Amino acid sequence: MTRFDVIVIGGGPAGMAAALAADAKGAKVLVIERDVRLGGILNQCIHAGFGLHYFGEELTGPEYADRFEKRLAKTGVKVMLGAMALSVGREGEVVVLSPEEGLTHLKAGAVVLAMGCRERTAGAIALAGTRPAGIYTAGMAQKMCNIEGYLVGRRIVILGSGDIGLIMARRMTLEGAHVERVIELMPYSAGLKRNIVQCLEDFGIPIDYSHTVTRVVGKPRMEGLYYAPVDENRKPVLSEEKFIPCDCLLLSVGLIPENDILSGTDIVLSRVTSGAEVDENRMTTVPGVFSCGNVLHVHDLVDNVSHESEIAGAAAAEYALHGAPVTDGNVYAVGVGRGVRYALPQRIHGGEGSVEIFFRTDNVYKNCKVVAECGGRTLWSKKRMIVAPGEMEKIVLDKRDIDGEVTVRLEI
Amino acid sequence: MKTICINCPMGCPLEITEEDGKITVRGYTCKRGLDYGVSEYTAPVRTVTTLMRTSDGGVVPVKTSRPVPKNRMFDVLERIRTLIAPADADIGCVVEHDILALGADIVVTGRPAPHPNK
Repeated sequence: MTRFDVIVIGGGPAGMAAALAADAKGAKVLVIERDVRLGGILNQCIHAGFGLHYFGEELTGPEYADRFEKRLAKTGVKVMLGAMALSVGREGEVVVLSPEEGLTHLKAGAVVLAMGCRERTAGAIALAGTRPAGIYTAGMAQKMCNIEGYLVGRRIVILGSGDIGLIMARRMTLEGAHVERVIELMPYSAGLKRNIVQCLEDFGIPIDYSHTVTRVVGKPRMEGLYYAPVDENRKPVLSEEKFIPCDCLLLSVGLIPENDILSGTDIVLSRVTSGAEVDENRMTTVPGVFSCGNVLHVHDLVDNVSHESEIAGAAAAEYALHGAPVTDGNVYAVGVGRGVRYALPQRIHGGEGSVEIFFRTDNVYKNCKVVAECGGRTLWSKKRMIVAPGEMEKIVLDKRDIDGEVTVRLEI
Repeated sequence: MKTICINCPMGCPLEITEEDGKITVRGYTCKRGLDYGVSEYTAPVRTVTTLMRTSDGGVVPVKTSRPVPKNRMFDVLERIRTLIAPADADIGCVVEHDILALGADIVVTGRPAPHPNK
């Protein structure tokens, strides 16, 4: 059985950053990637806007990926392409299927999960109506357009105003399609303001908030769809239903961490993030198994993915080479209070140094205060003009201040 | 002119007017909003990213090396449609210098995906 110090599952931005960080610690590293090349979803994100934080300059997705790929090429990290990790077992056993070696059992001192996320589909939102050609997830349309060179429709409606939906509204327009409108269930967009302006406003594409698609029509090709406003319980008001002729519906209705490989393991998943519950080193509840990037929780910026994955990769290498880190033996939970949907990591070890806690709010709040407290003491607080679910927030705590469960909440 | 500030999630609604050569921005709540309002009114620019055909019939992603005037985006796209990138063009390869004399080069940003069965 071939042995590595660290096996990284997934060769996208998370996997590449984790592998580099593990290599820098002196570990023997393997990256398992199911696609024919490294880079993951960055390869299809040909728009600019990546790397402002990490590289201090604005790059496109493929350029961001290429920077990491070139760094990897200078290391001894082994990469298996076209290879599918089938299971992660106890004691770091990874079963992988690859064109060159068939079914292989590998062994690692530590495993880093970096499989990313996948999109919610028409089935996941129980889309009503016929089942015509012309319905795609926004990411699938992005891949078909930007990688394969196909335009998936001429008259397009986009359901959901997450960043991928907004980006695709612009891409389709630039490639010659007509984007009729964007329809958003919530009263606000989950996307960045920058994308609302530069992907919709710039091209005069309307957006209907608090609306949803009620059914699609057409067979075998899509001919149009009905949409309607929703009431305060997000139920469509069918008496106000309207029809739009269109041949394509793109769905940007949420992302789910792709953790299927973990079923049957003892790794505890969070019901909120659908990713693993981790400590500050991004170690899951199974010692030696780490998780980072969009498979841990869905990020808005790849720069944050790279940063988080470096933490996981370095910690995985330390674990494989030197064993579990020395702590003062205490483990404290990180919980959430009013206005906060989740905070991560979910637990932190007592000790010295600082610890970063990332969190997302459950709604848009203006003029609020972010508070982190422990045993009734305020560890950290800051007034904010606005917080929104679409923008991940960060606070930094000093570990020496922590002697019990930490709660992150908003004062609204 | 009306727009939304893009600098933070606040998204302040901005209204920009000009009278006797003096530009007034209304609706901003911080300095960044004021600056953004003025630049969006006087000289809005955007980086254009799109696909270009390659000499072997595929596509590669390209971008303008610097932002171009917003109202010239579709002119730039039309020009890019007439160009063909070498099939072996690597990231950073300049396919056209100073497109439409706008001061931006057209640069290849990615490689075509290798064929799965090759």
